[in-house]
Amino acid sequence: MNAAPTATAPATPSTTAIHVSGLVKTFGRTRALDGLDLEVATGEVHGFLGPNGAGKSTTLRILLGLLRADTGTARLLGADPWDDAVALHRRLAYVPGDVELWPNLTGGEAIDLLARLRGGIDAKKRAELIERFDLDPTKKGRTYSKGNRQKVAIIAALASDAELLLLDEPTAGLDPLMEVVFQDVILQAKAQGRTVLLSSHILSQVEKLCDRVSIIRLGRTVQSGTLGEMRHLTRTTIEAETALAQPSAASPELTALAGLPGVHDLRTEGNRVRFAVDGAHLDDAVRHLSGLGVRSLVSHPPTLEELMLRHYGDELSELRHGRDQEGTGADADGSSVPEATSR
Amino acid sequence: MSTATDTAPRTGSAREGGRGAAAAGGNALAGTGTLLRFALRRDRVRLPVWVLAVFLVSLSGLQKAGQLVSDDPAEAADMARTLSGPAMLAMTGPEHYLTTFTPASVLSMLMLGYGAVLTGLMSVLTVVRHTRADEETGIAELLRSGVVGRHATLTAALATAAGANVVLGLLFAAALPGTGLDGVTGGGALLYGAAHTAVGLVFAGVAAVTVQLSAHGRAASGTALAVVGVSYALRAAGDVGSGALAWASPIGWAQRSYPFVDDRWWPLLPALALAVVAAAAGYLLSTRRDVGAGILPPRLGNATASPALSHPLGLAVRLHRGLLTGFGTALLLLGAMYGSLLGDVADMLKDLDQNLREALTEAGGSMTESFASTVMLVVAVVASLAVVMAALRPRAEETAGRVEPLLATALSRTRWLGSHLALALGGGTLVLLTGALGLGLAGAASAGDGGLTGRLLGAGLAYAPALWVTGGVAVLLYGWAPRLAPLAWAVPAYGFVVGYLGKLLDLPGWLNDLSPFGHVPQLPSADMRWAPMAWLTLLAAALVAAGLLGFRRRDLETK
Repeated sequence: MNAAPTATAPATPSTTAIHVSGLVKTFGRTRALDGLDLEVATGEVHGFLGPNGAGKSTTLRILLGLLRADTGTARLLGADPWDDAVALHRRLAYVPGDVELWPNLTGGEAIDLLARLRGGIDAKKRAELIERFDLDPTKKGRTYSKGNRQKVAIIAALASDAELLLLDEPTAGLDPLMEVVFQDVILQAKAQGRTVLLSSHILSQVEKLCDRVSIIRLGRTVQSGTLGEMRHLTRTTIEAETALAQPSAASPELTALAGLPGVHDLRTEGNRVRFAVDGAHLDDAVRHLSGLGVRSLVSHPPTLEELMLRHYGDELSELRHGRDQEGTGADADGSSVPEATSR
Repeated sequence: MSTATDTAPRTGSAREGGRGAAAAGGNALAGTGTLLRFALRRDRVRLPVWVLAVFLVSLSGLQKAGQLVSDDPAEAADMARTLSGPAMLAMTGPEHYLTTFTPASVLSMLMLGYGAVLTGLMSVLTVVRHTRADEETGIAELLRSGVVGRHATLTAALATAAGANVVLGLLFAAALPGTGLDGVTGGGALLYGAAHTAVGLVFAGVAAVTVQLSAHGRAASGTALAVVGVSYALRAAGDVGSGALAWASPIGWAQRSYPFVDDRWWPLLPALALAVVAAAAGYLLSTRRDVGAGILPPRLGNATASPALSHPLGLAVRLHRGLLTGFGTALLLLGAMYGSLLGDVADMLKDLDQNLREALTEAGGSMTESFASTVMLVVAVVASLAVVMAALRPRAEETAGRVEPLLATALSRTRWLGSHLALALGGGTLVLLTGALGLGLAGAASAGDGGLTGRLLGAGLAYAPALWVTGGVAVLLYGWAPRLAPLAWAVPAYGFVVGYLGKLLDLPGWLNDLSPFGHVPQLPSADMRWAPMAWLTLLAAALVAAGLLGFRRRDLETK
């Protein structure tokens, strides 16, 4: 859960695996994508975050040439996802968020079919993955639980030699043990130099796996960068034990600290002091703090959850506000409200 | 699969068992009323349309029935003899209707059989829709977790179907006396309606059994509809032959109540008894299975795919083979049954005088061949049902979300849809030929004419381009307006109504021209014409090409 390695990742990608800009897609009156931008560098694991209905799946389906964008550009591995779909699909593998299997085909048959239609399967890897994910490949598709159907698609995708993996909430329905296996396997794929676009709303998964993340809401990218960069834009919580005999919020040293720009919510307890500081002013605050004789120091970087809440917090309040104004809206209006807030 | 999920069904069934025991205490029907209201609300358009459609199809025989019965006794006798020809008997009902030769009795003879088939169709589809289909989608699981007794779902479904059948019966009883048709009596009209109701109840009961057997709605309705088909075929064979076979068919029982002739009610008793027994069997079977499961247990399969599953065609074969072998077998039997009547037809011919023989074979060819041509249309229409079902499979695959992962591989849209089409059109043609083969082999044996097999196979093959056009319409709709794809069912339905009933009802020729089946030369009784075959094939190719083009251009529908 350490942010240190991600901070050293290159901020500007050398080669681009996925380039999307100004993507717009409407379904009837619903505007699913509203000028979405996305940049994924070759070899990185890129987190694609957003609440239900934000447009993550729609974006992936446009990248797969299953849907056609209204306007905007999308390039995948240097080619057009709609016109060059078949050629591109030989180089990528996809795991949908809601895997449906053929009722009368076994899981093993489905894995082979999907992999062969892509261009082949590594039998050794297939066996290893089936073992690791603890899947019974002899059961018919109709008898699998949701988690097991997900495993089938994950195995079919990862047993391939695809250079790009498009994963749409791939672990929905997997139990925590399998989640760990999945993270292992993705880190392995990353070590092999594959590019991964991972749409998710499991934040711990994204924190563990992703070099960079893009956060989208209402069909638009609201933030994109490394977790380190993003944290820089938000507050870090500092807890320190100081050499001050009887610190109180009124003591002059602490009043000076509390008065620094960017420092918030300063509290004391015994000789401990706790405050939050904006990323841009971290340096000043720490310098001032060290003058007080620091005996121990704990810093909490903002969690992804806090990052997300920062972006969706206003959305939530906007929606609440909007709903209050509408009063009891008609059914048709209710359906356009993103699921995250309507459920 | 992990051991945790492995044991889940077992604990599930243990709980089911416990609830079953508790249900014996008297709450097995809890929630039936709510479910029934829910079912009626879901079907508020569907069921009235069904009831009205059956009613109107039956009434479409009114005009013809009025015309058939002439005031001139000699003419009337001629018409009666026409109606008693074997081909007519196989298409309509028992000859006994002609003893009271009134418009009403002729209506009853002409239309009761079709009405019974349509009523059966309505009952089966209604029961399956509210039981197994809901279990398959998982709706039932949600419902059953509420205060809903173990037998509530089936009871509500049966009550819905029974209600529709009773309304249909009452509609006949109320409306027929108002038509002013000669020979209609109040009692006869009530019996005419009750005969429909009784047949509908039987097939609702049959569906209550078939939905327990398989975990799939399509298999359940397929099996029940096969029973409807066999019932119709048995009555056809019985009405042409000695009549014994017709007594093995619920549709035969309904027809033998003879509304407007004898007005006897007792043949409906075995129908009601069978309906009750079948429904009871359905309830009994339902207590022996888990929700969502069938009586027949799922089996394990291969851990790896055979080499056939390396290309889209291999997958399409896997997905379509059940449907196609089912239809092939059914048509082989249907063809063979009609074929075995060809000998009887030839015998009857000897008893008729020269003038009548000519009248009966106005289309040309012998009496046997004219009968065979009529049967061939039925075979072709049934084969076209297989074509439509197979051609609509891509739509089902798409809405179920199974196409998305496939098209995310190096499989082009054209190859994927093309593989399904190959099975729909090619497989449909094979199904057609199987039916023609059954008719030909049995016909050759019973009529003692060895050359008949080849001629009838050729006659069957002549319908292939019409089948391809039917499939082409389905593909065109699927490619451009997938939501409208089920409209493709209109092609075989229309083809059957104007092609088959049109002969009985003297419909204008241009109505027949609108159907692809109307352009097929009616071999072996008519001469071969190559031109329509060529342009039907071209039309089919154009429809398929346009459909593929549309599918390549549109968004995939995703879950």
